This record gives sequence, structure tokens and C-alpha cells, in this order.
Amino acid sequence: MKTKDKGLIKAFFAEKNILNYLSMFVMGLGCFRFKRFIKGLIFMIIEFLYILFMRTFVPKYLSHILTLGENTQTKVWDEALQIYKRAPGDNSMLILLFSVLTVAATIIFIYVWIINLKTIGKMCLQKKNGEHIPTFREDLKSLLDERFHNTLLAAPLTTLLFFTVLPIAFMILIAFTNFDSDHQPPGALFTWTGLTNVTDIFLGNAVKTHTFFGILGWTLIWAVLATFTNYIFGMLLAMLINNKLVKWKKFWRTAFIAAIAVPQFVSLLLISRALEPGGAVNVLLMNLHLIDQPLPFLTDPTLARICVVVINMWVGIPYTMMTFSGVLMNIPEDLYESAEIDGAGAFRKFTSITLPYMVFVTAPATITTFVSNINNFNVIYLLTGGGPFSLEYYQAGKTDLLVTWLYKLTVNQHDYALASTIGVFIFIIVSSVSLTVYNKTSAVQKEDMFQ
Amino acid sequence: MSKKKKIRSVLLHLLLSILALLWFVPIFWLLISSFREEKGAAVPYLWPKHFTLNNYIRLFTDTALFDFRKWFMNTLYVACICCVITTILTLMVAYVYSRLRFKSRKTLMNVSLILGMFPGFMSMIAIYHFMKALGLDQTLLALILVYSGGAALNYYIAKGFFDTIPKSLDEAATLDGATKHTIFWKIILPNSKPIVATTAINAFIAPWADFIFVSVIMKDNYDKYTVAKGLYTMVEKANVYEYYTRFCAAGVLISIPIVFLFMQLQRFYVGGVTAGASKG
Repeated sequence: MKTKDKGLIKAFFAEKNILNYLSMFVMGLGCFRFKRFIKGLIFMIIEFLYILFMRTFVPKYLSHILTLGENTQTKVWDEALQIYKRAPGDNSMLILLFSVLTVAATIIFIYVWIINLKTIGKMCLQKKNGEHIPTFREDLKSLLDERFHNTLLAAPLTTLLFFTVLPIAFMILIAFTNFDSDHQPPGALFTWTGLTNVTDIFLGNAVKTHTFFGILGWTLIWAVLATFTNYIFGMLLAMLINNKLVKWKKFWRTAFIAAIAVPQFVSLLLISRALEPGGAVNVLLMNLHLIDQPLPFLTDPTLARICVVVINMWVGIPYTMMTFSGVLMNIPEDLYESAEIDGAGAFRKFTSITLPYMVFVTAPATITTFVSNINNFNVIYLLTGGGPFSLEYYQAGKTDLLVTWLYKLTVNQHDYALASTIGVFIFIIVSSVSLTVYNKTSAVQKEDMFQ
Repeated sequence: MSKKKKIRSVLLHLLLSILALLWFVPIFWLLISSFREEKGAAVPYLWPKHFTLNNYIRLFTDTALFDFRKWFMNTLYVACICCVITTILTLMVAYVYSRLRFKSRKTLMNVSLILGMFPGFMSMIAIYHFMKALGLDQTLLALILVYSGGAALNYYIAKGFFDTIPKSLDEAATLDGATKHTIFWKIILPNSKPIVATTAINAFIAPWADFIFVSVIMKDNYDKYTVAKGLYTMVEKANVYEYYTRFCAAGVLISIPIVFLFMQLQRFYVGGVTAGASKG
């Protein structure tokens, strides 16, 4: 019988042995009892590294976490050199960054510590049951088989931790500080301000409240318009190409896709320049004598909003067309045949078979599209840059989405605290939309199972 | 074919041609602007007065302010390494979630789902300072790390594909004494060429299109720019008059390989979307 992975910690404490108890403080000691030296050593090295890490980072950074630094960098008159010298102060940014890192390291360490207890507990149990305790070589082998998931996940999860999880944790914390253009360390420190950013957005600051709700409203309108225009026209285009009378179907599909395969920063920047007052579109319209004055495509709020939706159709319709083409080809032919036997006309076949089938199959993809439209940075930023700018708004324009506003606040205004708060709100919106819909669709699928 | 059907067929083709033309207007505009001799983004006529190849030539010879060749090599370098790292990481994660069963599997998948809902570049400032602390700011290595770092989140398509490979293949191999390690390399990967290709092409294209992280990490170090950020800088207000036609030329040059790769992707695109739909 193989020793199970349950009750290992109990087994660890059941064994009355001094080396076992000491393993709680010096990790891996217990392994030496069973002559598993390499394993024991690895645990010890991890503990050593952790202590080393904490010794450097805790006094320098983590100990300042409550204030985020007290000593601002100052200029000190140097008598000998007759110049002002900078006396280094604290840096709130680094204090927070490395505190997050320290906390993460500690969580990982606690996890390893528990593994340490379990490993030794398992060795005790195996010994008691008279089983063979795997050697280090055998452990390595199991990493390629039973525990292969540990091997494969190690690298991806490490990079994920450093480049996604920790930065997100850091930015969420930033949302509770006053890290803005007036508080840029090391010149000026920032500190905790609690929920000020949230209350600013919702009640405190009239301009920010107006901006947030204005942009939120437009973001939602945009996401709905962008998703549905693409959905409907993409479906129509797919059906047009799929029509029995149309030849060279593959050629048409390829043509539309080729047009939008050009990188967006090329095509959208080009279109944006063409829509300027002296740009190609206005020149064309004026040469045709349709207009006398250039139209303010990107400077009039309403016109700019119409423009981004229309140009987004140019970008998006070929994609939806591809999706629907695939779906149309997959509709079982016998459905149509039996409908014809029942005497259904072309219109009836469309409303009772094609349409429901397409809507059902593409439902999850449509939700994904909707969510990605909420965050559709490229189309807005490359076309209008969020403009036309509005004085009623706080550092934003009339076509700005929440994400582009976040970007501008970060890159141009260095107003990181507000940007992070908006980021958290985007997360809340996106996750609630996704989860609601996810639950709905999985309910639909469960229903299917009973039919 | 009856006469009525013939007319309808002609009308349908006419409609499609008009639409296709509409979709190609910007591409066509890009092409003729790239050969235009007169400078500037806005000229009061549509058809260029003179055509020239100079925009293409000067892109490579006039490197005083913007060194296009360098941008191109930077991007190629980053894209190649990212392609390898991201593909390996993504496929590993996809295989684990698709085939291996362990305690924390569901938790990890849910956490990935949640992490993916944060706006991607919300954390760019944290990443920048993290890179700076490591001494990696304004380096191409930082870009590679940023682009490949989130690979563990983009496993959905590959996992969906792995799910369709019959489990009986694995079981047969296990009976023959194969470890999970051998199964991954010898059975799953050789049977998944389309998805390997898709993942690789996607990972290769991404660095060519991103200008957000490049702006944050490289700041104003023009020599370290990639093409996307470089071209973006070319059409900023201060440079657009001088560099607009060159921007178009560079756009054409970049678009050719990207369009080619993108078309390769399309072969797998539809299958992925519908496969995901039927499984939820």
C-alpha cells in the first residue's frame, strides 16, 4: 500500500523526535534522519536565502510600510566643495514595491515551510509502514511523471508572479495612496490616503466625478455599439459571401481579412491623419464640391464618436465575418433539407435555423468581444487619442474610454493613484459582466444536457 | 441558370466588389502615399504629383534622428526570442490544464481567469520600476520579459486544442511505460502542429504591434524603439510633416510580412472560435 498524502502534518507531530521538532526552525533537519541529505540541504538553503533576503529588505523597506517613508530627499550645503549635495531620503515607490515583494516572498516561504513539515511527516509514515523512502534521484524522476505538472508550471507561474500578479497587487495598493504628479519620489514622498481616490471619483471632486461617469457612460455605449454593429454587419457579410450564387468564396474572405491584417498602428494612424481638416477625406469631399469647409471629423464630439464607431466597423467586420463563415459552414445540411420537406421558404429557413444556430454558437465569442471592446485601446487611442479634449473633463476627451483615460493619466499626467483606482473599476466592470454571462451560458449548456 | 438568377448573381458580385474596394481604400492610400514625393500628411489633392522611391531608400540611409533599420532589428530580435519563450510556456501550461489532474488545478485556472480581467497595462508603472530596480530599464531584455511574462494566462486556445486529442493515445502510451514527460513531447506536441504554429505566430506578431510597453520602458531612447513605437513617433505633431511619407513606406514594409503571417493564422482561427463555443 502506498502512503497517502493525507494526515502528513499530524504524522510529523506524532513522531517524538528532537530532529523532527527542530525542523520547524531549521527546515529540512528531519530529512537527515532518513539519510535524505540533498533534500534536507535544499530546504536549508531556501531558509538561508530567505533570511538573507529579509535581512536586507525588511529594515530598508518593509519597516516603513505604514508611512511609506519619512525623510524626503534634501539638499545639503557641502562646505568643502561649495555646492549643494543631495542627501538621499526615503523612496515611497521603492518601499511599496519591495514591501510587496517581501510579503510575496514570505507567503512562498510559509508554503515551503509547510511542505517541509509534510515531507518529513511523509518520510516518518513511510518508515513506519516499512516502505521505501524515495531517494533524491527517484524524486527527480517523479517530477517527469506523477508530478510533471510541478515541472511544467514552475517557469510560467514564476514569470506570471513577477510580471502580472505582483505588479497588479502593487497597483491596487497604489489606489489607496496619493501617488500623483505632486508626490513623485524621491523628490516628494507619497503616503496612504485610504479611500480618498474612490470618494473623489464618486462624491468628493465634482470634476473627477463628472469625468468618470461621462467616460463610463461613453465606454458602455461604445462597447454596445461596437459589438453590435460588427455582429450584425459581420453576419450579413458572411451570409452574402456564403450565398449559393457567389463564386470564389475563398477569395472574397481572404480579401477582407487581408485588408485588416495590416497592423493597426499603421492603418489606424493613417486613417486618423486622413480625417484631419486638411486630410484626404476632406480634400476628396471638397474636390467633389460636397462641402465648402472641412468637416471637423475628429474635433467635433458627436462626429468623432460616430467616426470611431464607423472605423471600428472597418476593423471588426472582417473578423466577425470569419467567425460566422465558419459557423455557417458547420450548420448541418439535413436541418435545411427537412425544413424544405416541411415547405419552409428561404426567409423561414433563415429565421428558424440559420439565425438561432448562429446566435447560439457565437454567444461566448460575442461576450469576449464585448469585454475586449470595453478595453479597446487601439482604435480609440490611435484614431482620436481620446480627443476632442474637454474642459469639463479631468485630463480626458470626449471619445476617451476608461482604459485610454487610465493610460493618459499614467503616461502624461503621472497621476498613478487615480489611474490605479480606475484600473480597479475596469476590473470590477469586466469581471461582473463576464461572470454574469458565464453563469448564464453555463446554465444554458447544462439545460442542453437534459434534452 | 435562369435569367433572374444571373442578374442576382451579378448584383451580388457587384456589391461584394464595392465592399472589398471600400476595405482596400486605406491600404491603397498607404501605398500611393509611400511613393509620393511631396512631403506632409495633408496635401490639397489626392493623386501625388510626382512618384519616387526615395521614401523607402531614405528610411534606411537617413538615420540621423530615426534609425528604421535599428528599430526593425530590435523588433525582429525581441519577436524571435518572445516567440520561442512564449510558445514553450503557453503550451506547457495548456498541456498541464488539459491533461494533468492535481489538487490546485481548478484554483489556478480560476485565478488565471481573474488576472486576465485586469486591464493589461494598468501595471506598467510597477513593471517599469521593477525593471529599473533590476537595472533592466531601457533594454530589449525588459521588453522580452514583459511580453513573455504573461504567457501563463493565454492558454485557452491551446488547451481547447489539446482537449480534442483523444485521451486513449495517452493511455496507450502509459501502458507502454511512457512517462508524462515523454507523452508531452512525443505524442501531444507532434499531434498539435496547427496549435503550435498558431501560438508561435501570435507570439511573433505581438511585439510588432505593441507601442504601449515600449513607450513606458524605453522612454525617449529612440535607438531602443521597436517599429510600432518608432512609427508612432514619426507621425507625432512635431515630425509628421517631414516623416509622413516615410511612415507610409515603413508601414508598407512592415505590413507585408505581418499580413502574410496573419493569413497563415486565419486557417486555424475559425476552428478555435467554434470549438470554444461548443464546449463553453
